[in-house]
Amino acid sequence: MSKLYMARNPRVAARSLDGEMMIMSGRDSTLFTLNRTATILWQAADGATPLDEIVELRICHEFDVDRSQALQDAESLARELATHEILRISEEPIAQPATQSGSSAGEAR
Amino acid sequence: MIGLLEEMTAKALKLNIPLSVQLDLTYRCNERCVHCYLDHHDHGEMTTAEIKHLMDEMAEAGVFILTLSGGEIFLRKDFFELLEYARRERMFCVKLKTNAILIREHEAARIRDLGVESIQISIYSHRPEIHDAITLIPGSLKRSVDAIRFLKAQGLRVVIANVLMIQNMQDYKGVRALAEELDVECTLDPTITPMMDGDRTVLNLGVGNDALRQVFRDASLVGDVDQFCAVATNPDEDALENLPCSAGHTACYVSPYGDVYPCVQFPLPTGNVRQQRFLDIWRHSDQMNDVRSIRVKDLSTCTSCSHVSSCTRCPGLAFMEGNMRGPSSQDCQKSFARTGVPSANMLAKQRAAENRGQTNLVLAGISSANLVQIRVLPSSAPSATA
Repeated sequence: MSKLYMARNPRVAARSLDGEMMIMSGRDSTLFTLNRTATILWQAADGATPLDEIVELRICHEFDVDRSQALQDAESLARELATHEILRISEEPIAQPATQSGSSAGEAR
Repeated sequence: MIGLLEEMTAKALKLNIPLSVQLDLTYRCNERCVHCYLDHHDHGEMTTAEIKHLMDEMAEAGVFILTLSGGEIFLRKDFFELLEYARRERMFCVKLKTNAILIREHEAARIRDLGVESIQISIYSHRPEIHDAITLIPGSLKRSVDAIRFLKAQGLRVVIANVLMIQNMQDYKGVRALAEELDVECTLDPTITPMMDGDRTVLNLGVGNDALRQVFRDASLVGDVDQFCAVATNPDEDALENLPCSAGHTACYVSPYGDVYPCVQFPLPTGNVRQQRFLDIWRHSDQMNDVRSIRVKDLSTCTSCSHVSSCTRCPGLAFMEGNMRGPSSQDCQKSFARTGVPSANMLAKQRAAENRGQTNLVLAGISSANLVQIRVLPSSAPSATA
């Protein structure tokens, strides 16, 4: 199975509200909220870390789930978020626009 | 069905999070609109670094929607640097308010690249002789309309804001037709805000009751006229527990000098971000908490008013009249124009006038003239009936 990389779409607006990520589509201003698992994917979507590694380190580590099932679910979720232009996905690492203080995921600290 | 934004707003309210902030980047402006409430001189605007730091603090506090306004935002030489920071670094949902006369193709393209959610542009009339006479800048309508076309060509969402006043009362249909031609949204607002220094003479520009009544009976604006103009039923107990508006609850305003207020139209100082953290002001300011404590049931006069459950009462305008728990006469006038039923505030003033032997002065005044005639003017203000 080939690697899948995810990057946050810089055109969206994002903020964490009580642990739930609120995302506004840059395409049509549709508002989405991400559940805890989707929020983890969003936060980890740096364009450089492959999805299987994110699932291993961030999902399986935190939740008691079967790894292959978790990866399948995560890939499905990533593809769905990509259809809404919230994430960009690729089988190659994705370059993120340079920012002054590193890549922001919209977290309220 | 409740929308997701309403759901998020309810959550923010529960968690005491300022979901939405209007930040005025400058009060300087390249137009001189006759109804504008601002002092356009620069009294020490926040620097680029200060504004970026504020954006950091606002993101930390949970602010999601950031409206950048002014004055004219494009007069700041660092505008695009600030916009880029807001979008790329802090991922705010950014809305802009501007007269747009400095937006050409290049600026429109940059705004698009930075993923701005919407741009609100003030258009007062579809006729240059009216619009330009309000902005006091010849050619300003053409520049603003050209800018709308540039922005639309980039696929951006544009909203025309049409403030209704005596000068352009007859033109709102023309503005709406222009908006349709440009394929943009259009809002109409008859509210005139007193000057920042408290001078209320600008309210003389507000449209009178007859004009308001005409607007409120325009089905193309309000939909079902009978329903819109109906007197509300008496409020139940739950309605009296409602919050007057979002000011200080999920929204606030920051001036170019770092002063934090509950709303742009609510000039109650609550703190300054140059001296305190934004979140500390939001959470701990006595003034902000005072605003936050008000429920509809606490409103003097208004709780006994037949319009209490349907009134658009603005607590900021009430504050500018002297009591943030009191009525806002502009909104009394709107309720009266809408329904034909005087508000409790208007009736009280009528009784007071009668007691002074000024029979029918109050209600007679509002039937054909503008708002300022139904309020007790401070002694320094010129007489509205002069």
